[in-house]
Amino acid sequence: MNLTLDPARDTFPKLVRDNVRRFPERVAIREKDYGIWQSYTWRQYWDEARLIALGLASLGFARGDKLAIVGDNRPQLYWSVLAAQALGGVPVPLYQDAIEKELAYIVDHAEARFAVAEDQEQVDKLLRVRGQCPGLEVIVYDDPRGLRGYRDPSLLSLAELQERGRKFARDHPSFFEDEVDRGRAQDTAIICYTSGTTGLPKGAVLSHANLIITARNAAEAEGLRPDEETLAYLPMAWIGDHIFSYAQAILVGFTINCPESAATVLADLREIAPTYFFAPPRIWESILTTVMVRLDDCARPKRALVRFFLDLAQDMERRRLTGRSPAWWQRALYPLGWLLVYGPLGDNLGLRRVRRAYTAGEAIGPEIFVFFRGLGINVKQLYGMTEASVFITIQKDGEVRLDTVGTPIPGVELRISEEGEVLYRSPGVFQGYFKNPEATRQTLEDGWVHSGDAGVIDRDGHLKIIDRARDVGRLADGTLFAPKYLENKLKFSPYIKEAVCVGAGRPFVAALINIDLAAVGNWAERRGLAYTSYTDLSQKPEVYELILGEVARVNRSLEEDEALRGAQIRKFLILHKELDPDDEEITRTRKVRRGHIARKYAALIEALYSQREHVAVEAQVTYEDGRTGTVRADVRIRDVAAAGVAVR
Amino acid sequence: MSEGRPLLEVQGVSVRFGALLALSRVSLEIRRGEILAIIGPNGAGKTTLLNVISGFYHPFEGRLLFEGRDRTRLAPPDVAALGIARTFQNVALFKGMSVLDNIMTGRLLKMRGSFLLDAVWFGPARRQELEHRAFVERIIDFLEIQAIRKTPAGRLPYGLQKRVELGRALAAEPKLLLLDEPMAGMNVEEKEDMCRFILDVNEEFGTTIALIEHDMGVVMDVSDRVVVLDYGRKIADGPPAAVRTDPAVLDAYLGVSHEVA
Repeated sequence: MNLTLDPARDTFPKLVRDNVRRFPERVAIREKDYGIWQSYTWRQYWDEARLIALGLASLGFARGDKLAIVGDNRPQLYWSVLAAQALGGVPVPLYQDAIEKELAYIVDHAEARFAVAEDQEQVDKLLRVRGQCPGLEVIVYDDPRGLRGYRDPSLLSLAELQERGRKFARDHPSFFEDEVDRGRAQDTAIICYTSGTTGLPKGAVLSHANLIITARNAAEAEGLRPDEETLAYLPMAWIGDHIFSYAQAILVGFTINCPESAATVLADLREIAPTYFFAPPRIWESILTTVMVRLDDCARPKRALVRFFLDLAQDMERRRLTGRSPAWWQRALYPLGWLLVYGPLGDNLGLRRVRRAYTAGEAIGPEIFVFFRGLGINVKQLYGMTEASVFITIQKDGEVRLDTVGTPIPGVELRISEEGEVLYRSPGVFQGYFKNPEATRQTLEDGWVHSGDAGVIDRDGHLKIIDRARDVGRLADGTLFAPKYLENKLKFSPYIKEAVCVGAGRPFVAALINIDLAAVGNWAERRGLAYTSYTDLSQKPEVYELILGEVARVNRSLEEDEALRGAQIRKFLILHKELDPDDEEITRTRKVRRGHIARKYAALIEALYSQREHVAVEAQVTYEDGRTGTVRADVRIRDVAAAGVAVR
Repeated sequence: MSEGRPLLEVQGVSVRFGALLALSRVSLEIRRGEILAIIGPNGAGKTTLLNVISGFYHPFEGRLLFEGRDRTRLAPPDVAALGIARTFQNVALFKGMSVLDNIMTGRLLKMRGSFLLDAVWFGPARRQELEHRAFVERIIDFLEIQAIRKTPAGRLPYGLQKRVELGRALAAEPKLLLLDEPMAGMNVEEKEDMCRFILDVNEEFGTTIALIEHDMGVVMDVSDRVVVLDYGRKIADGPPAAVRTDPAVLDAYLGVSHEVA
């Protein structure tokens, strides 16, 4: 770990200047344009940013000014980030798909006088919100397409701006270098607005020191090299892209590649074959879906072959991740699978050269994680936040597991609060939310940041995120109880479609379970079990036995976890009807509405905490045409033995 | 040399199919740099007029002047060589060829090949191919179809095929672009995209455009001037706002007379 900064290299502009001195002709950015990967060297990076900066200066951009930046990942926009920083200003990247209201709020809140927009679409948005952003004076655009007819005096093209910069430099030859030299490590490097699921966006202020030290510690811990290739395809407004495509690229001196368009990302990924790759779970999921769809189009023998080897690789990986070793015959077959399936498939996806790839942002489905690792792609989980300059924990090579997010990177201290919330402190911890001391006070306490996530640290020092902190409760005896964590574990079973766990303030955890009609129906048919309806099937003793097995499996996995051992499911019932958005039991995006369920099924929940073995219910259902009806059923309640109780 | 004159003048053109008079003494002009919409009920003679301009049909009376010269009796390839390109009402792409190759065919008239040099891809042949490819890539970028560059045209959804066809017409660097119902069968979003492309082509390349369209909203948004045909005759000609309230036009479209305030 290294907490000091060389004053000659303590801001990003100074670092780029140093890169130009050390390797001016090495490629810094590539962009696919007109069907060809066009390269820009570090010298060009510097020169282009310099002209943008000088042009901005000629228009009155001063130290501390904010530059709003909005558009897809384009070299010109990365240069603009550097240009703003070189002048002691602050880039404020915005999501390119932000709606006008959001855009207006951020541009106004950040007090941006200048904006750089990629194209007509973004310019139009900025022009429309200008009434709400009285401070916005200048809008610079990169792509002039469709903008020739615009006569707005505040508009100018990037080329015009750079031309102004050229003239300005003639009268002020040392201006740019002087401004770069005036930069300090403690200066604000960027303000990243986090979208936040509730309330208005908050602008996290990060200094050069925050970003440089954190990016460097992570790069050193992970052994990043100057010959890395990455794909810059995630929104520039997101701190992740800023760290991977800007901060680390500049620090380590590796090459970033901007895709041709949002629609070509997967094809560009294949052409570039990055060595360092980052994707949130939804991208991994969509790559996997592409593979599966194409596999379905294959001829049968080929499909069978691929399926066989994919299953083999996944089984081996699952064993490795759970600390068992693969069988001898599996190891014997793996090289053949590599030759026939894993190698070509990885190559086709553009992931074969990956030395390390991360997934973060939310929990990744275990089957997706295992699939890619099985192909020999080193995908690892990472836990990061804007407020931490991204990196908090990373799974080290050889310490990858399914259910943890790894150990803290150098410089990061972790602590779990009394309430079970993850707290961290590090050199990357942000300076506060811009113009929002209230939110800053709530989040930042004596240098420790409240993550808002509930987690536990296991005996090997690995962090495990279990839930959002506000959803976590405690049982009557004070044991930690994380309903969503349990529910997700239950839902890994193909037979369980939905689950709702209750237990806050109660003596133990109980679960209300929805069976998956297709999967359980299929299972019943294979066993010759006749049923008439969903309600009938759900109350069959055989189905209760089936679900009991699944619940017991979840309990066993909890038993391995000290902090959660006490929150095993002791009773469950199978609901006689499916939870349905029409009945307001779950949202349209299939999130459980706990409050509503607690009220609607109060009688069932009371029964779970009584001595009764079954309970008669009537439930209102809403049909799709809006009529309502009543479903009557006698719902059974089943006890579950807690795993490992005898041991204690 | 003839900057003051319209790009294309149609003077008293008539076309007959057997006993059917498809066009009857139609006169109109297409001015440099404008977007002209040709509208009218089904069977009014719109496509016939386009076919006359592009040389598929020859009128039995009347003249066509392109850049001031008489071009009445030219065949389609010669018309294309003059700088008139078109798209078709029913998409006419090479279905098995990639989007890139389809657009490349739009450059054929610009290629000066020698069989031998082309075969070995050497010297001028190579240089020429690179130039044409670069031009085609600019069109691909312009029409935002990078993601389907290598996709066979026949596999694309209809809206995209229309866009590719526009690309092929643009590849010929036309002075006059004829679009036969560029938005037929498209959903609202595709129509909006196409409108933007048409406006951008006009603005970016200064291309003169004549288009046939049914969607009145599109016509009003896009065109500088509107010509209305009905039963082979021209019944109105003027700016969109004026044409919209023209009693003869309302008659043709709605079949009844209307009081226009």
